[in-house]
Amino acid sequence: MLIPFYYALREGGMKTSITELLTLHEAMQSGLAVQSMDNFYFLARTSLVKDEANLDRFDRIFAAYFKGVDDSLSDLMQDIPEEWLQCQAELSLSEEERKLIESMGGFEELMKALQERLDEQDERHEGGNKWIGTAGTSPFGAYGYNPEGVRIGQQGSRNRSAVKVWDKREYRNLDDSVELGTRNIKVALRRLRKFAREGAADQLDLNDTIDKTARNGGMLDIRMIPERHNAVKVLLCLDIGGSMDDHVRICEETFSAARSEFKHLEYFYFHNFVYENMWKDNRRRQSEKTPTLDITHKYASDYKLIFVGDASMSPYEIAYPGGSVEHWNEEPGAVWMKRLLRTYPKAIWLNPEPKVRWDYTPSVKLVRELMDDRMYPLTISGLDEGIKALH
Amino acid sequence: MSDKQFKGTSSYIVTDDLSMAVNAAVTLQRPILVKGEPGTGKTQLAIEIAESMGKPLYEWHIKSTTKAQQGLYEYDAVARLRDSQLGDDKVHDIANYIMPGKMWEAFESDEQPVLLIDEIDKADIEFPNDLLQELDRMEFYVYETKKLVTAKHRPIILITSNNEKELPDAFLRRCFFHYIKFPDQETMSKIVDVHFPGLKKELLSEALNAFYKVRDVRGLKKKPSTSELLDWIKLLLAEDIPLEALRSENSKSAIPPLYGALLKNEQDVHLFEQLVFLDRRTNPQ
Repeated sequence: MLIPFYYALREGGMKTSITELLTLHEAMQSGLAVQSMDNFYFLARTSLVKDEANLDRFDRIFAAYFKGVDDSLSDLMQDIPEEWLQCQAELSLSEEERKLIESMGGFEELMKALQERLDEQDERHEGGNKWIGTAGTSPFGAYGYNPEGVRIGQQGSRNRSAVKVWDKREYRNLDDSVELGTRNIKVALRRLRKFAREGAADQLDLNDTIDKTARNGGMLDIRMIPERHNAVKVLLCLDIGGSMDDHVRICEETFSAARSEFKHLEYFYFHNFVYENMWKDNRRRQSEKTPTLDITHKYASDYKLIFVGDASMSPYEIAYPGGSVEHWNEEPGAVWMKRLLRTYPKAIWLNPEPKVRWDYTPSVKLVRELMDDRMYPLTISGLDEGIKALH
Repeated sequence: MSDKQFKGTSSYIVTDDLSMAVNAAVTLQRPILVKGEPGTGKTQLAIEIAESMGKPLYEWHIKSTTKAQQGLYEYDAVARLRDSQLGDDKVHDIANYIMPGKMWEAFESDEQPVLLIDEIDKADIEFPNDLLQELDRMEFYVYETKKLVTAKHRPIILITSNNEKELPDAFLRRCFFHYIKFPDQETMSKIVDVHFPGLKKELLSEALNAFYKVRDVRGLKKKPSTSELLDWIKLLLAEDIPLEALRSENSKSAIPPLYGALLKNEQDVHLFEQLVFLDRRTNPQ
């Protein structure tokens, strides 16, 4: 029974494995999800979803697959005055009565009948078995019992829970295709970590010790090797001002997330495009510039270069001398860019603009050509690809 | 198999989805992986499970240098080498130099234990992969003594992660997964209630309002979490802060008293003060 749902999940882009599906079946067999739909949802979620980035996707697929009648009713509901549905009495039904209601036909018919009855009925109604209202056995209304019925205006949980948990979509902000917040960018930047042996000697190298001791005629000769730690070096260049004002916040988040990640992280600001100078403190950008040549001389070519910018500007700002909007530049920005890329072969450009808009801006195309197409959107998946390109 | 259902304890509030995940893991005897913001009680969960089910707890805290092997056993070759230099007789039996790790200890337990593998993401990226077989079969082989160690009872294994590293798919497939989302105000007042049973209603709701307001400040590096809230309320009670101090005419521009307990980062405190200052200038009381 769960196999079509499983395929719906796979089609929805979730990489759920057969093992996990079997686990779910096993769990259901041991009677874990018998009491309610909510329990089934919790159980399915805990066995099939293994990454909080996929929780929202799972919720959406689950909702679409097990779509109840509640959702499709929202249009019709608006036509029903509220006081019809105000609960005044409660009803308890025997088993026989419930069975009787179950035999009343399918969803399509119910919807048709509801529309008809809405047309017919024009006053508040309670109890009974035909009119729309509360506490009755009519398929329409609330606080009653009809397994194929349509719930209108019920508050809280009665025979089933009214607000479906999976429809709340509480995990929306954990989805990995949305823009980055500090938390998820941290996750992505951590993938930059590359463990290398570098630094102080502080760990015993057992094999080497045994080997050297043996060669030493049995006299103990202890050998040490350096402990592993993060050795990734990053040079981060952030576009600031102008068309980037929209993105300053997201850039700062990137930046603040990145700073705590690396031992060697240097950052510089530029405006729109790189020229002969960059700066470290945006407030003193006019007085305290750092020549780009100094940067390339100071930081070795094993640094990984990351630009963050929207690359949206006039194409002249890239291709022509004097194109900069802030000052007269002797050489075009493209030349400076090529210099930087020659020094730092591992380089990417992260663009906070959504990827679909890139094609409409000629300067984005120019930058992509300069970067050999190593431009990625500033989302988790974009960062993933970018970081792969950096390795 | 246990027929007891885990429903939280007198000092730990569990949401329905979390108790389902725990019960599924207990029933099917698979590990459960718990993620969530720091301070939402991931580690505490293992302690509470062990306590409520009356099972012994083994805690294995992972550091960046921890190897999977250390959880199984360690062969102290250096000690053996030293003993051989000194001519000690112990040196002839290799078993003298095998130190059992946390997993081994849990496997040897006489009743079903709870094993906490805390912050698995701190370790090397290969760490979870190195444990696949052991977690699946609940047994491992000691090469030095040619002995197979098998779990007497499959432990309830709880693994926590702070998301510093991606965990491998093969590993994830074997676990149940739960993401502890940050509690909403209703759940939060329940949580505070079990920790401070005598707390006045008004004080609690004012404190929670102030707390969620601080959490909503944009750009905080480390948002205050449940454990910070509990510390803060403890402080409020200890200092006997009056209710009026929490409530303010223009609540947006009020700094909650003792907010140092909520914000742990110097830059955050600075940012927060600046925001309040700006707000006061624009909306003078």
